Amino acid sequence: MIEVQGLTKEYGRFRAVDDLSFRVAPGEVLGFLGPNGAGKTTTMRIVAGFLPPTAGRVLVCGSDIETQAVAAKRRIGYLPEGAPSYPEMTPRSFLEFIAEARGIAASERRKRLDEVFALLHLDRVLEQSIDTLSKGYRRRVGLAQALLHDPEVLILDEPTDGLDPNQKHEVRELIGRMAKNKIIVISTHLLEEVEAVCNRAIIIAHGKILADDTPRGLEARSRFFNAVSLKLTNPDLVPAARNAINLLPEVASTELDEKGRITAFPAPGKLPLAPINALAERQRWPLAELHLESGRLDEVFRSITGGATA
Amino acid sequence: MSGVAAVFKRELASYFATPIAYVFIVIFLVLAGTFMFFFGGFYEGGQADLSAAGSFFYWHPWLYLFLVPALSMRLWAEERKSGSIELLMTLPLEVWQAVAGKFLAAWAFTAIALFLTFPIWITVNYLGDPDNGAIVAGYFGSILMAGGFLAIGACLSAATKNQVIAFILSVVACFLMLAPGLGVAQQLLSGIAPQWLVDGLASLSFQTHFEYISKGVIDLRDLLYFALLIGACLYANTIVLELKKAD
Repeated sequence: MIEVQGLTKEYGRFRAVDDLSFRVAPGEVLGFLGPNGAGKTTTMRIVAGFLPPTAGRVLVCGSDIETQAVAAKRRIGYLPEGAPSYPEMTPRSFLEFIAEARGIAASERRKRLDEVFALLHLDRVLEQSIDTLSKGYRRRVGLAQALLHDPEVLILDEPTDGLDPNQKHEVRELIGRMAKNKIIVISTHLLEEVEAVCNRAIIIAHGKILADDTPRGLEARSRFFNAVSLKLTNPDLVPAARNAINLLPEVASTELDEKGRITAFPAPGKLPLAPINALAERQRWPLAELHLESGRLDEVFRSITGGATA
Repeated sequence: MSGVAAVFKRELASYFATPIAYVFIVIFLVLAGTFMFFFGGFYEGGQADLSAAGSFFYWHPWLYLFLVPALSMRLWAEERKSGSIELLMTLPLEVWQAVAGKFLAAWAFTAIALFLTFPIWITVNYLGDPDNGAIVAGYFGSILMAGGFLAIGACLSAATKNQVIAFILSVVACFLMLAPGLGVAQQLLSGIAPQWLVDGLASLSFQTHFEYISKGVIDLRDLLYFALLIGACLYANTIVLELKKAD
């Protein structure tokens, strides 16, 4: 369990994190979302014990990150933003250092190292110095470092930044596999990542929590949630069709995009798919496509953060 | 303790993984030899001795004044610059363990460089019949003094992410710790300050304590001086890190 209570961080007069409170339980994969400068990295740095908060406190599995720092840090695996490491070292010597500094017993060390080498496919680059590695490998070395002691809590600041689509997919699968009995907090600005790996999302801007929900719950806030889009093969019929759809009681409004696609937004609590489908059959519209929209996270994100880019 | 050992090993290995170690050792050996044989007039002196004025150990404070800050400047400034400090400070280590591990690694490295001057020791034994006890004391004093310089440099390196600034501040601070014990400075000061002040300042200087030890007089007070100085600087180093980790 991570408990964050009234967390505040000020840099001079600038308040980066403003009275943040939340809890994360085992099994949760929490996605931290927000525009750049929202306070995501600052919050993660405080939770990981790198920065002291100006006010408030953080308990990691019952240990206070400030007063029982070493006990709390033992339970955390942390990937800092940009996955820093020691460029002159090789992945092997670097991870051996981490194992020793984390106090992994010498008898266990060999086994744990081999496990993370295999998990992150590092075997090919073990003896190469880290500064000669590609960005993707460096990120994986950073992840290996965070996973080495099989921590209860994983805090990953932009874990897939700089990875190619295949590597992103692999890292997301890895997070998904580990999710069952761990607490995982990731920060990201990739919304598809939240949909892919998180079962909870917190959106913050200006250091405040603006939304705390499941990814599906956030999608449901989208005006596209349960909306229906259709396209006709004959463009001449579009105005009449749009008028007819507008008259349905389940439909609140419609929009027409430049490709001739009509999107019908549901009236509150209604599901317009079936009535529109029936209408189309009755009128014998020549349908090119008809489908149910799911919520659009990017649109929810924009409306919640109000385009905040500070 | 295993935390200190882990940081120590990593740090010491990193000297040898980069050109720093080799450049430092070569320059240190060349300068140590040059000062002794050319400026010190070792042969002209006709004495098989390493502690006399102008001889081997005589130049060590000056060697260290520039070489040790070059070694210590990267200790923390580099970690700050590259961001690896965030990694180090989120490992389950107390800050003092990281401080001690890094300092001891730099100190051990200096000791290795100093040890590699052993051909000079062999040379004087070949040429004459030196007081080997005094030479051992000289090495001992030199190591202690290097520790003092390093501790100052480590503390100042923790205060900045810029290695050049760390270097310059360290050279100045080390010079201030050295100067009051120099004969020239004492003469200058005695014209304008009361004698007790001149003596008091001199007794705070590296130079004074190093001279005593390298004469072969190992006094508890001189040992305590270096121990306290190193301890105080490392304590300050820990506090600086705790106060400002991120920037």
